[in-house]
Amino acid sequence: MASSPSRRNFIRRTAALTGGAFAAGGAARAAPLPVPSTNREPGRIIDEAAYGLPSKFEGHVKRRRTDVLKNRQNLSDWSMTPLQHQPGIITPNGLVYERHHAGTPDIDPNAHRLVIHGLVKQPLEFTMDDLHRYPSVSRFYFLECSGNGLTDWLKPASTTVQQTHGLLSGALWTGVPVSTLLEEAGVDPKGKWALLEGADASAHTRSVPMEKMLDDALIVYAMNGEALRPENGYPVRALLPGWEGNISVKWLRRIKIGEQPWHFRSETARYTDPMPDGKWRQFSMVMETKSVITSPSGGQQLKGPGFYEVTGLAWSGAGKIRAVDVSFDGGKNWREAKLEEPIMDKCLTRFKVGWNWDGSPAVLMSRAVDSNGYVQPSVQDIQKKRAIVGFVQHHNAIQPWSVNAKGEVRNVIGQA
Amino acid sequence: MQAKSSSGIPLGASGPHEVQPLPDKPRFGKPVSEADVAAWNIDIRTPDGAGLPPGRGSVAQGQKVYAEKCVACHGADAKGGSVYGTMVGGIGSFKGSPRVLTPGSMYPYAPILFDYIRRAMPMDRPQTLSADEVYAVSAYILNLNGLVPADAVMDAQSMPKVQMPNRDGFLLDDRPDTQATRCMSNCK
Repeated sequence: MASSPSRRNFIRRTAALTGGAFAAGGAARAAPLPVPSTNREPGRIIDEAAYGLPSKFEGHVKRRRTDVLKNRQNLSDWSMTPLQHQPGIITPNGLVYERHHAGTPDIDPNAHRLVIHGLVKQPLEFTMDDLHRYPSVSRFYFLECSGNGLTDWLKPASTTVQQTHGLLSGALWTGVPVSTLLEEAGVDPKGKWALLEGADASAHTRSVPMEKMLDDALIVYAMNGEALRPENGYPVRALLPGWEGNISVKWLRRIKIGEQPWHFRSETARYTDPMPDGKWRQFSMVMETKSVITSPSGGQQLKGPGFYEVTGLAWSGAGKIRAVDVSFDGGKNWREAKLEEPIMDKCLTRFKVGWNWDGSPAVLMSRAVDSNGYVQPSVQDIQKKRAIVGFVQHHNAIQPWSVNAKGEVRNVIGQA
Repeated sequence: MQAKSSSGIPLGASGPHEVQPLPDKPRFGKPVSEADVAAWNIDIRTPDGAGLPPGRGSVAQGQKVYAEKCVACHGADAKGGSVYGTMVGGIGSFKGSPRVLTPGSMYPYAPILFDYIRRAMPMDRPQTLSADEVYAVSAYILNLNGLVPADAVMDAQSMPKVQMPNRDGFLLDDRPDTQATRCMSNCK
């Protein structure tokens, strides 16, 4: 058969990937494989009781504190999930991001109490044993900090997707619907708001509209099949699906029902969004539809031209992901990616699309569309409506990654 | 049209929230009284000061509390230290850049100071200040920001009355606000 240039190219590229005996033009044959030492000696025995840990060879997969925004103290702090290393849509518990305002407490679950009081028929106190006795529900939801990405609005500051998007995790949350407990306490019809308050040193507290408390808000004690980790709220936290992370108050000790919001510092001086004309947007609860390519992503290095599965995550506090489009040319042209099942409400959704990289420079980005038809905006789209000045929360803009001819992947937000 | 709370706050997507129906609703909560919860009941409804406790503190008293318990992190005259930024100034800075956020420039209601200081400060020993001390150091910070005179005394009556520059500075969430479109080819 005639060997056309394209067929020769195909064979050569295949040979480069497999490194095998098909190479045209003198590539090395594979060396005979030695018998690995692990076939020749027994491995580790099983401890009587243990909590398993990843292989030592996975030691690079860790939560990391930011090295972008120099945090000069350790009490009000945060650390990010290594999204670039996470397949699927579930973040392992040791890698779920954390953010606190005065350190992580180590609460004794036997001493801990949850109180519901205020505009209720009967104030109630619950032990952890009490909470575990209620019929539970388990739901998959994302959790995201409202400040995710705030270092990278107008120009790159972060190198990796862990740094740009790592205040985001996905988990299966188990607990009791808040509505169950509120019904038991008997909410006064005048009760339109609730405050949630934590038992940590910041006593972090937020006002929540009653509609959300009675809708899908949960009192959560388990994450991904085990008790909450201390840094994620052990022994119990609130979980307000689709809403900014800090309102899912951790180390929850108190729910108080009232008629009006409390306008705490945490929802006036903080967690508000600069708007044009010197104003601030308040009570911006919903985490809007967003996506990011996690591979290839910033700081990574492609090993030469060839096939890559470009993959990432998409999520929405306003519903389900309907589609994710991916561009390879800086947003001029887009292709719809494949969404991996299950696609769930207010949950991480995995998207993937094949890419044959020809070795020339490219700019990759993803754009999510949700079940309401809302399209993930660019930074320019957001700039038309909000003031990008200082610490700006609710950054859900399209994230561009450049790939140069050497295969180096870089964060080019504001530059592409 | 997405769901909004009765006060107009976008709620995002609803549910799912079906709970397994049971023949008898389980009840495991132990009845308590508000008196039992008194030590936890530290929230102040900041717009009108509901919940502000008995007690009082002057600017002068606040200066003493500050020197003893606050200056190490917040610096002389509350202008900021090695770790935390200034708590003074920034009034009128929001139409420019940078916006300087302080209790004076940013808090819509003075009682926010009482609520926050009592629950969270000092950062290494929160909930250790007396009500008098919290009123006093609040008075001091408000005075440094030019919002109360040097002879001011803060208490449950006077604190809600302080005129705060950013009182009308907040807009309720009205997202979605962006208007991105799903262009697929030859875009931009």
